[in-house]
Amino acid sequence: MSEHTVSAYDDELTAMAGKVAEMGGLAEKAFADAVSALVSQDLALAKSTIVQDERLDNLHQDIEEKLIEMIVRRQPMGQDLREITAATRIANDLERVGDLAKNVAKRVIAIDSDLQNKKLAIGVEHMTELALSQLKKVLDAYSSKDAEAARRVQEADAEVDAIYTSLFRELLTYMMEDPRSITQCVHLLFCAKNIERIGDHATNIAENVYYMVTGERLPEDREKMDETTGTA
Amino acid sequence: MNEMPNIEQATAMTESKISADKVQVYYGDNHAIKDVDIEIQPRSVTAFIGPSGCGKSTFLRTINRMNDTIEFCRVEGSIRIDGEDIYDPKVDPVQLRAKVGMVFQKPNPFPKSIYDNIAYGPRIHGLARNKSELDDIVSSSLQKAGLWDEVKDRLDEPGTGMSGGQQQRLCIARAIAVSPEVILMDEPCSALDPIATAKVEELIDELRENYTIVIVTHSMQQAARVSQRTAFFHLGVLVEEGPTDNIFTNPKDKRTQDYITGRFG
Repeated sequence: MSEHTVSAYDDELTAMAGKVAEMGGLAEKAFADAVSALVSQDLALAKSTIVQDERLDNLHQDIEEKLIEMIVRRQPMGQDLREITAATRIANDLERVGDLAKNVAKRVIAIDSDLQNKKLAIGVEHMTELALSQLKKVLDAYSSKDAEAARRVQEADAEVDAIYTSLFRELLTYMMEDPRSITQCVHLLFCAKNIERIGDHATNIAENVYYMVTGERLPEDREKMDETTGTA
Repeated sequence: MNEMPNIEQATAMTESKISADKVQVYYGDNHAIKDVDIEIQPRSVTAFIGPSGCGKSTFLRTINRMNDTIEFCRVEGSIRIDGEDIYDPKVDPVQLRAKVGMVFQKPNPFPKSIYDNIAYGPRIHGLARNKSELDDIVSSSLQKAGLWDEVKDRLDEPGTGMSGGQQQRLCIARAIAVSPEVILMDEPCSALDPIATAKVEELIDELRENYTIVIVTHSMQQAARVSQRTAFFHLGVLVEEGPTDNIFTNPKDKRTQDYITGRFG
């Protein structure tokens, strides 16, 4: 798109998108680190992930202030208005992703013992891979303003939900088989739920990217795949 | 479920207050307005926006034939109000302008008393049979313009002695006094401070219940605040017209997008 008559406005918009992308990078890393700390019971990594969340929070606050300032000073319209509202929402989602990752890291410390069942760890890792790739793809879609890529991310969320449902059932089975595993399994269940929520945030971001680019709402055309809601 | 509003909208569209069809305006050789088609809805506010010289004011002035007064100005195509062609030779421009009132950029009260400013139009159009009817028109017009409480005790003072914002509302009251159906406003707030602007905008919103209002404004924020529909003009062409919210959040044409986001020279 051509440039604004007031060039400082372009600089502000570019800087804003850059900061949101930076938040995206931090959120991705926090998420990946938290899960790898979980799988390998790496307490040091878990602790550093918890500490790192502050950076994400600070960046989020900084972006919010800049966005409000731009609304006051520029009275954004059209595409600019959509970019600014999308950035606000995406920054909120990324901040939540950071919180969820931090919560997983806290549970690593709470579990503080090797995972009794490697199969569960594999399930969690697999789910993480998918959710992480969703997050990566949607952040790329944001940077390249690609509405089609955003739409594909929304569609793929069903897979993350399906894995969550199967993990949920597996965990229930283990808890029934061996009540001593309940504490660990409940922690893992929350971790899995957090990862599933991260997938949902990626979907939210996808919807915002789609709206930002096209000005249209992305139709929600899929059934909710999470079948645990009735039982959980 | 989704079908219903569309049907309603379609019905409303057929009952336009003003319909312009292939309107061309020439100033001598200069083709100032090109092929403008627009339907303007009754009892609503339509905003015309666009850069200077885009033809929005010229087009506004065709709606009450103000361009008739300009030599070398020629209007082609048709403009109908309630289905009646206003450029029909049988139409008396003076009667037309009573039906289609106008408010200008700079408040232009007559150098007369506040009372006479309002009473002038009703007098020449013979709208009042006696003094008491005229008094009623003056007070109700000033009330509708939200000015009554401020001026009721000094109706014999000159209109030119009021503040700019009051003068502009006096001009709106003067336009209302001849019971128009359409009110055209050409940048009515550009000479006013923010508070006077807010009062005029509040007034526009109230007047919308009874009148069809078309406003030309350079302030996009104003267009967004007061209008239900917005039309964007550029180089004499009507580029895009639609619900105000859509125009300002998701315009369809790149030229509209560039203009509203400040990307245009």
